[in-house]
Amino acid sequence: MNAAKVRQNLAFGVLGLVTGAVISLIVLTILYVITRGISAVSWEFITQPPRNGMRAGGILPAIIGTVVLVIGTMLFSLPLGVLSAIYLVEYARDNWFTRLMKLSVVNLSGIPSIVYGLFGFTLFVIFLHLGTSILAGCLTLAIMSLPVIITATKEALEAVPASYREISLSLGATRWQTVRHCVLPYAIPGILTGTVLSLSRAAGETAPILFTVAAFYLPRLPRSVFDQVMALPYHLYVISTQVPNMPLQISFATGFVLIALVFLMNLVSIVLRAHFRKKQQW
Amino acid sequence: MVRPVAIQTRDLNCLYGQVQALKAINLEIFRHEIFGIIGPANSGKTTFLRALNRLNGLNPSYRQTGDILLDGRDLRSLDDSDLRRKVGIIFALPQVLPISIFENIVYGPRVHGTKERALLEQIVETSLKKAHLWDEVKDRLREPALRLSGGQQQRLCIARTLAVEPEVILYDEPCSGLDPISTAKVEDTMRQLSDKYTQILVTNNTKQAARVSERCGFFLMGEVVEVSDTVMMFTNPREKRTDDYISGRFG
Repeated sequence: MNAAKVRQNLAFGVLGLVTGAVISLIVLTILYVITRGISAVSWEFITQPPRNGMRAGGILPAIIGTVVLVIGTMLFSLPLGVLSAIYLVEYARDNWFTRLMKLSVVNLSGIPSIVYGLFGFTLFVIFLHLGTSILAGCLTLAIMSLPVIITATKEALEAVPASYREISLSLGATRWQTVRHCVLPYAIPGILTGTVLSLSRAAGETAPILFTVAAFYLPRLPRSVFDQVMALPYHLYVISTQVPNMPLQISFATGFVLIALVFLMNLVSIVLRAHFRKKQQW
Repeated sequence: MVRPVAIQTRDLNCLYGQVQALKAINLEIFRHEIFGIIGPANSGKTTFLRALNRLNGLNPSYRQTGDILLDGRDLRSLDDSDLRRKVGIIFALPQVLPISIFENIVYGPRVHGTKERALLEQIVETSLKKAHLWDEVKDRLREPALRLSGGQQQRLCIARTLAVEPEVILYDEPCSGLDPISTAKVEDTMRQLSDKYTQILVTNNTKQAARVSERCGFFLMGEVVEVSDTVMMFTNPREKRTDDYISGRFG
């Protein structure tokens, strides 16, 4: 074997090893959470409020809380994010200002979530008098999710061939008709991926909801958007650090439910993606 | 006999940033003629074509001075949508959308407000017949347009342009990716359309211009060197540069 082939095999070996190591770490984490927690997951666990100082009973209020927060976050961040990405890609002129905006959007996704939490607390909870409420929490999470949704949508739009736009415009369609009928349909799978990714993160974040919505212990379901709610990640933090003599498998079971919830969201997006792909004909 | 003028340009200058692509173009294109534009690469042929339906404007560095008149009307008085409806274009490579044949053709009529099913079906049939594609695809209108051959796709593009009832059709090297038989079919289609539409054909293939066009313009380095009847240009060109290009001595 000559040197080039040896190096080639070596490179493949190293790349494969690294990939394998990364994937097995993720798989191990998930398996560990499942094996440690599965024994505590029962029908009661997911349909009952906590009892006995959260050491027994279920986590229903936290599950409902997280679902409500994710849906509320999506209601704000999806339209805002997609519309601003459409503006940036399809309408904004290319100059230093829009380039600066695009750059800052990318960088916003790197801001620590606790900073978003603090920002949401001062703006929504204090300044806008929303109080610690679902509304304030959703708005904070939405602001945190926006950069990822905008970036993903921007990339999905830019991946649509320029020729599609030329076809549509050359037939006399307006800019908006072109975006609506000739660009967006082909960008939807990419937009969905980005949205679910960013909502998954929102579902699992503790810091942004810490001061804005999360309740330490509130064993009833929310009645309005101005209620506080319990949420899975914060509940997990609480029972792992604030409750003495907490059975460990309940923590792991809570983690397992959170993972399952995120997995479910991904499943929905896969089904939706398949549905939209079917409409295109290659 | 004075023929009615469909398109007239007066001192048309086109620039991309600092680069001048067209210099003071004065051209008249008659109604319902096939006007051929020949010339080597980078001579401004495509820029001229795309100036006529303002597609050049998609490039942010593009600037233009001078006038373009469509049926005696300044182009600036038409908005993009109305203009492009009147002046359709066929691109160099067949550009079909990844949807069905039917949907490709009704795209234009739909954005212009036609919703009635029966009417759309009728538009599809007439457009495909005019583009000489109906017999080949009439039983599979629901199939993906991308499954058609290259030549069929290009005729589908012509049908799609016809579906919005333009007055002028621009062709930007429409046969550059096609085999000779498909090319002949597209050329046949152009000849059949010439009693109702003004057609401008940009081509790298001088023989194609000779076969199809009535009059011809020779572009070189952003200038119009010569405009004359196609037969004249190919048998007895006035300019030496035209003669050199046509006979293949450069370009």
